[in-house]
Amino acid sequence: MMDRSLFAVALATPALLLTACGGGEPAAEGGITPKQMADALHAVMEADRTVYTRRVVNRLQNKEQVIQASEHFEDDKALPLPAQMFRFGAEMVAENEAAGFTYSLQSLWPINDQNAPRTEAEKTGLQFVADNPGENYYTTEALGGTEYFTAVYADTAVAPACVTCHNDHRDTPRSDFEIGDVMGGVVLRIPVGGS
Amino acid sequence: MASSTRRTLIWGLWLLLSAGIGLALGYRLLGGAEQTVFMPGEMSYAHHQFGVDCQACHGEAFAGGEALQAACLDCHGEQMRARDDSHPRSKFTDPRNAALLTRIEARECVTCHLEHRPEITGPMQVTLPIDFCANCHQDIATERPSHEGLGFASCADAGCHNYHDNRALYEDFLLAHLQESPVLADPRLPVATAIAPHGPALTAMAADHPPTHALSAEQFAAWAGSGHAAGGVNCRDCHGGEADLEWVAEPAPAACESCHGAQVAGWRLGRHGMRAHEELSQPLPPLAAADARLPMAPDAPGTPGCTSCHRAHDFDLVHARVEACLGCHADPHSRSYADSPHAALWQAEREGRAPPGSGVTCASCHLPVVERAGAEGEARWLAEHNQSAHLRPNEQFIRPVCLNCHGMGFTLDALADEALIERNFTGRPAGHVDSLDMVAARLRDAPTPAGGAGTP
Repeated sequence: MMDRSLFAVALATPALLLTACGGGEPAAEGGITPKQMADALHAVMEADRTVYTRRVVNRLQNKEQVIQASEHFEDDKALPLPAQMFRFGAEMVAENEAAGFTYSLQSLWPINDQNAPRTEAEKTGLQFVADNPGENYYTTEALGGTEYFTAVYADTAVAPACVTCHNDHRDTPRSDFEIGDVMGGVVLRIPVGGS
Repeated sequence: MASSTRRTLIWGLWLLLSAGIGLALGYRLLGGAEQTVFMPGEMSYAHHQFGVDCQACHGEAFAGGEALQAACLDCHGEQMRARDDSHPRSKFTDPRNAALLTRIEARECVTCHLEHRPEITGPMQVTLPIDFCANCHQDIATERPSHEGLGFASCADAGCHNYHDNRALYEDFLLAHLQESPVLADPRLPVATAIAPHGPALTAMAADHPPTHALSAEQFAAWAGSGHAAGGVNCRDCHGGEADLEWVAEPAPAACESCHGAQVAGWRLGRHGMRAHEELSQPLPPLAAADARLPMAPDAPGTPGCTSCHRAHDFDLVHARVEACLGCHADPHSRSYADSPHAALWQAEREGRAPPGSGVTCASCHLPVVERAGAEGEARWLAEHNQSAHLRPNEQFIRPVCLNCHGMGFTLDALADEALIERNFTGRPAGHVDSLDMVAARLRDAPTPAGGAGTP
């Protein structure tokens, strides 16, 4: 587990000035910054998510048509949806208090209202990544007495399975997604101070 | 002077009494004696059977909140995972829920399920006001206009929502069961998978009990006609090893466990075996029938182990499915079984007039045959011996039990009718649950686009 005090020191370092759309801050000497850690974690998440979406779900469901993906995958004997795979991973990390970070998949157009942005940082960040394709959003926020470094990354439709499922869902508030559109965002938090 | 002596005497007595009480309480707290003197209130129906063992929940010398939460999960954790818990702790550990947690600390079991508080304990052992869903879902009418005007005290009404287990209540599942008849075309319950034989079939002549432990002719005959003899299970396999001294006259459930591990594990989690659960600081003797909170027959033998229901030697599954239960349970639901349609179906199956699985016994519902993964991941069908696993809320019966024979609409109405349950389902449901109608209306008003799906 990363030493939280290291992040606190890194945040306090004048050289590390977090800005809304994040730049290439230098790493604190002898360690890594929360931003570097968040970016690295997200790189893994994005890669795994893209691989599952393209090479498993899209291939087997849309291209080869051998098995469907369904949110009720156990009852339907189907593949979990990419968003569910991602959420299951997030829940396992959430159960592991030693992990030192949490993450979630949210959207301004959520199929499940519980996945709508809730905090001010989430609302601002999701709007920012939707309005600024290719850019991430970084900030700090205090939640429940703890200070967090919060990063928001765009979640982009990478395969036909993404847009067809969201556009066609009975509960979708938006049905005009196209491949390449920002459909939501990954919100990643690292505690950097407080109790 | 006399007054001063009297004062000294009173002080001395007070000190002596205080020290005595302190020592007595200290011994009870730390010396291994029964600690119920510290109990702040009557135990709930779920836990009263092991209420004398404070450490089972509170840990060593009352270890605190974390130990308490861990104790909940030691017994209930696996079951919560199997239920695909709708509100697992991991949903609330994300910091984005910090504001919600100030309203309801949903990470801890005791937030909703306080022990020792009978005066505020409601159905499902919930000790919060019943409208607790409002803490997080106050804008539900925006998401579901059909819920406009419904009170939050009605969220958990029969057939609507459960906090933990919604496997039979989610919208698409209801949708898949919209148009079903009260009784399905081929109403049959799953049949348990046979256990692989231990060895070649045995006759009475092959019994390997030591000569010093003679059995009666009845016992011989019972064993020789049992599934055990047919499956090559001999006397010593249950009663002990080669030497006479190792012979155990009345084998404990641990002896059964080597072949029936899943069943014994389930039994220890349920009302029948929880006093032998490994998480207790020491096994407790079987609960006396007089101490049960359900009405019991005055001569009920109690539940010391497997043979209480299965009987020794013949291990008669027919007996275990009804007669064993009714030998103890004397509540109105149990006493109404004999005259119920379910009992008539069981009678027909026993007499060979109906196919296997068509009869409905006490065990059919309370110890249902469910699918479990075997050692190699293969599907096996076993009787769930934790008879609390599906009992409350009773919608947990829907998938493993009711839907094998009945349509969803009839099932929801029947499970919501407490009088019908008391009559052991003799008659028709008196009321109607709106869940299916609401799903049908939503489908009509907001049909699923091609290829789309609904939300749980």
